Amino acid sequence: MTKLLEWLLGISVVMSTWGLLTFDLLDLKLPPVYKEVAWPMPVYLLVVFGCYSLATVGYRVATFNDCNEASQELQAQIKEAKKDLQKKGLKF
Amino acid sequence: MQYNMANRKTSKSRVSSDKYSVLLPTYNERENLPLIVWLLVKYFGESGYDYEIIVIDDRSPDGTLEVAEQLQNIYGADKIILRPREKKLGLGTAYIHGIKHATGNFVIIMDADLSHHPKFIPEFIQKQREGGFDLVSGTRYSGDGGVYGWDLRRKLISRGANFLTQVLLRPGASDLTGSFRLYKKEVLGQLVKKCVSKGYVFQMEMIVRARQLGYSIGEVPITFVDRVYGESKLGGNEIVSFLKGLLTLFATT
Ligand SMILES: Nc1nc2c(ncn2[C@@H]2O[C@H](COP(=O)(O)OP(=O)(O)OP(=O)(O)O)[C@@H](O)[C@H]2O)c(=O)[nH]1
Ligand SMILES: [Mg+2]
Repeated sequence: MTKLLEWLLGISVVMSTWGLLTFDLLDLKLPPVYKEVAWPMPVYLLVVFGCYSLATVGYRVATFNDCNEASQELQAQIKEAKKDLQKKGLKF
Repeated sequence: MQYNMANRKTSKSRVSSDKYSVLLPTYNERENLPLIVWLLVKYFGESGYDYEIIVIDDRSPDGTLEVAEQLQNIYGADKIILRPREKKLGLGTAYIHGIKHATGNFVIIMDADLSHHPKFIPEFIQKQREGGFDLVSGTRYSGDGGVYGWDLRRKLISRGANFLTQVLLRPGASDLTGSFRLYKKEVLGQLVKKCVSKGYVFQMEMIVRARQLGYSIGEVPITFVDRVYGESKLGGNEIVSFLKGLLTLFATT
């Protein structure tokens, strides 16, 4: 199963549960509180997911390591390498 | 330092027949190639693993091949192997071409532009041995991994794209577009045959397909230092082609 199908399957499960509760499709005579909770649920979920995404990406951008030492180490090694290679007869 | 000591001990106490073939695709890397080769020789020398470096140059106009020949004279034709091609044919086929000539049972692929530091290779190897992994991927996104020389915009795009990919594909690896990896040779051969994408998406497809085929993946945090010499070959429509590739993988894997 492709990821696309997995997603479609997941979304249809959620949406049919939602329809079932909101419109009482099976005529289960559910108490009205079910409907009240279920009705705005898709929008809530979207908002929560949106916030989660923004927070996660924001946090990860802020904590993305800046590898200054790695760059300095590399610069020093480049110098050393050039000297050594020249000694070994390399013509740049 | 401590790390190298530990490594030397293991390589002495366990006589290993493992050999590591490093594939270096180059296009206009005249300035970088000697430096990356020097670093590879240094770290393989210190850790004592058996290795070879395969340079796949696509007739770079800046004369990369000529420098590669000089390096071969310095370090020996058993260590530096030249497998040039007639013209620029892209990265994916460069790997296929390289694997054909690799004599090691493991293959390491990395960029020749000094973004990937050879000091991490002994860590890759140890990780692979610890877990018996089919592939070990370097990651900029976890642990002590990171980048140098990226502004806020680039970090945001990178993190955003990575998050989107994680959500849509759930690939089980934290860095999908990186290209610093160690593979068992036959695993890389299998994967390369299956992958059709180009550019960034190629690396992503490799790891997604690896997961799909049930291969085990280990990860090692790496630092990624933006290229110092030479020009970047990826143009402005990077993001568009990335999204296209992502959606293709989303629909087909
Ligand atoms: N043989 C061969 N090597 C290539 C080709 N295109 C890129 N390369 C090499 O592949 C590696 C990665 O390419 P880069 O241009 O660094 O791509 P990048 O890392 O995504 O982008 P920058 O680092 O920003 O330039 C480098 O070692 C290049 O020299 C190609 O068509 N043929
Ligand atoms: Mg690069």
